[in-house]
Amino acid sequence: MDYLLTEEQKMMQDLARKIADEKIRPVAKELDETCKFPYEAMKVLADSDLFGVYLPEEYGGFGGGVFELCLVTEELSKACGGIAVCYAASALGTLPILIMGNDEQKKKYLPDLASGKKLAAFAVTEPEAGSDASAIQTTAKKEGDHYLLNGMKHFITNGEVADTYVVIAMTNKAKGARGATAFIVEKGTKGFTFGKKEDKLGIRASATSELVFNDCKVPAENILGKEGMGFIATMRTFDISRPGVAAQALGIAQGALDLTVAYAMQRRQFGKAISSFQGIQFMLADMATEIEAARALVYSTARMIDAKKGNVAGVSAMSKMYASDVAMKVTVDCIQVYGGYGYMKDYPIEKYMRDAKITQIYEGTNQIQRNIIAANLLKESRKK
Amino acid sequence: MLNIVVCIKQVPDTTDVKINPKTNTLIREGVESIMNPFDRYAVEEALRIKEQHEGKITVLTMGPPQAESILREAISMGVDEGVLLSDRAFAGSDTWATSYTLANGIKVLGKFDIILCGKQAADGDTAQVGPGIAVHLNIPQLTYVKKIEKIEDGKVTVERLIEEGYEVIEASLPCLMTVVKEINEPRIPSLKGMMKSKKAEIKKISAADLDVKAEYLGLDGSPTQVVKIFSPPQRQKGEIFEGEVSDIVEKISGVIKGIN
Ligand SMILES: Cc1cc2nc3c(=O)[nH]c(=O)nc-3n(C[C@H](O)[C@H](O)[C@H](O)COP(=O)(O)OP(=O)(O)OC[C@H]3O[C@@H](n4cnc5c(N)ncnc54)[C@H](O)[C@@H]3O)c2cc1C
Repeated sequence: MDYLLTEEQKMMQDLARKIADEKIRPVAKELDETCKFPYEAMKVLADSDLFGVYLPEEYGGFGGGVFELCLVTEELSKACGGIAVCYAASALGTLPILIMGNDEQKKKYLPDLASGKKLAAFAVTEPEAGSDASAIQTTAKKEGDHYLLNGMKHFITNGEVADTYVVIAMTNKAKGARGATAFIVEKGTKGFTFGKKEDKLGIRASATSELVFNDCKVPAENILGKEGMGFIATMRTFDISRPGVAAQALGIAQGALDLTVAYAMQRRQFGKAISSFQGIQFMLADMATEIEAARALVYSTARMIDAKKGNVAGVSAMSKMYASDVAMKVTVDCIQVYGGYGYMKDYPIEKYMRDAKITQIYEGTNQIQRNIIAANLLKESRKK
Repeated sequence: MLNIVVCIKQVPDTTDVKINPKTNTLIREGVESIMNPFDRYAVEEALRIKEQHEGKITVLTMGPPQAESILREAISMGVDEGVLLSDRAFAGSDTWATSYTLANGIKVLGKFDIILCGKQAADGDTAQVGPGIAVHLNIPQLTYVKKIEKIEDGKVTVERLIEEGYEVIEASLPCLMTVVKEINEPRIPSLKGMMKSKKAEIKKISAADLDVKAEYLGLDGSPTQVVKIFSPPQRQKGEIFEGEVSDIVEKISGVIKGIN
């Protein structure tokens, strides 16, 4: 399908593809096995200016939006879902500053995030607050011109490797969700340390860590928006970041299918390439169709977000849910086409299945996406 | 402030090159044209020299108009200027005529301190053009450079790859160096570079702009005559025996007995 990309968008896509093929694909297996953070790949992405594709030019970006971010994320994910998420999660941590930050905050933080000199992370989840983000227990108590943060976050992508964190903490527990506030917390702030680093099923090159706050002193000027707006900041961020997860899913699915088509044409049984069997062909045809449908949904959603047209919560949830469900189904079927070889770590395909699974879970599980989609559907219909 | 010229060539992507078994010539249809892989290392080295010493980098290629694309690619990596030497009169040049033409192109560009080339082109594989340019310009040549140790006081010290290892040699500037792939890892272009390269103006030089003798150009100026091109017979794959020495001895003697 031709999505009528502009020349600049094609350039970004080509560049991301080149980096994926030359710098990411060759190290994907090793980093998956060793769980080493892809510092070198991040440096290449930074040097090539790709961290700034979605940020305004005044902060050193290229003036693109969510769509450009999706194009790059998709290409990188074709080669390695784990390395791609290190890039995408930095955007997730940057978006709240972009949409909720004041001028000073944007000037202070965005240029280094646009250049890739620094990575960002977004910290909402806690052991007792997963799908239910309103159950956050980390507190922030005002003391003069600063706040004292206490508590912990877990499962935070880019935890420890990032320099800039957006952390959601309760400034007023009695108010529930309306008592949450978003803070920018810099690595190195006294009282801010890191706990366990997780050992994961997939996206193993990426870092997923605990953040620990122990009387961590954060200046009041680091609040995004106002006190009590933390939950709104979170929802607004997820509304525009979810197509990014969808793009990861899309890339993982496409990357797996590309390998699988090539494999099916080369693997011979009963004296013929297995790609000549209708049973295999139908699987390939279904996979290709579902991926293209997902891509059309993701791209349209991203373009709608960038055009700032209307409520995007529902379509954004749809894009992440649909693309991630497609990625999971496709990668499982790709292993089926590979047969027993697909089950072995000697072949690259099983990793795609392990990497795909997370896209159904983070930035809201697909059950939560369905809740959002249904809630929007019912709200719209009540309006009529 | 160093003036650096990098000579680059557009070649067919040899990773998927095929030879027509009847005519023994390259099948060029459907084969992508790329920057000669060895020249990428020369471009990268020029960029590194510039980062350390400041200077201006000009990339130069002799070729048909479509060779402009590799000049733009070099600009996207960070090179300052691209120059295309293009003229029907240059067609059919062998390595002598090519190096003569390039050397005269370099003269027209003005003052230069360092000329960099890849060690050889992936299509012709002669490794003659770099040294040829140095001879035509009457400057020192350092071939198979694997490391530039320092550039200081109008001199350059390099490590030069030889069969038994490497040798350290010094030459005065201006000089020409051809580089091997051990020298660096070429960078990937940046988005800013790519945007710049789209708009960059490519300087074009034709035979009329050069102070050259017409009979030294193109096919007429080329003493080389290609008598025949052929694919060498495929070498048989060797077999490596592994395991205990006694087993290996037994296997090898088995093979020898088999021959007899
Ligand atoms: C690798 C990884 C990286 C992550 N990165 C980040 C990050 O960078 N920042 C961050 O803040 N968080 C991050 N997370 C956390 C992630 O967003 C949460 O894991 C996710 O939101 C689910 O929360 P939970 O794990 O507590 O599951 P739970 O909320 O306990 O869910 C368990 C199950 O119950 C279902 N469920 C829960 N509530 C409902 C309901 N109302 N209706 C129907 N079903 C329901 C869920 O769908 C799920 O199937 C990451 C997680 C992982 C695994």
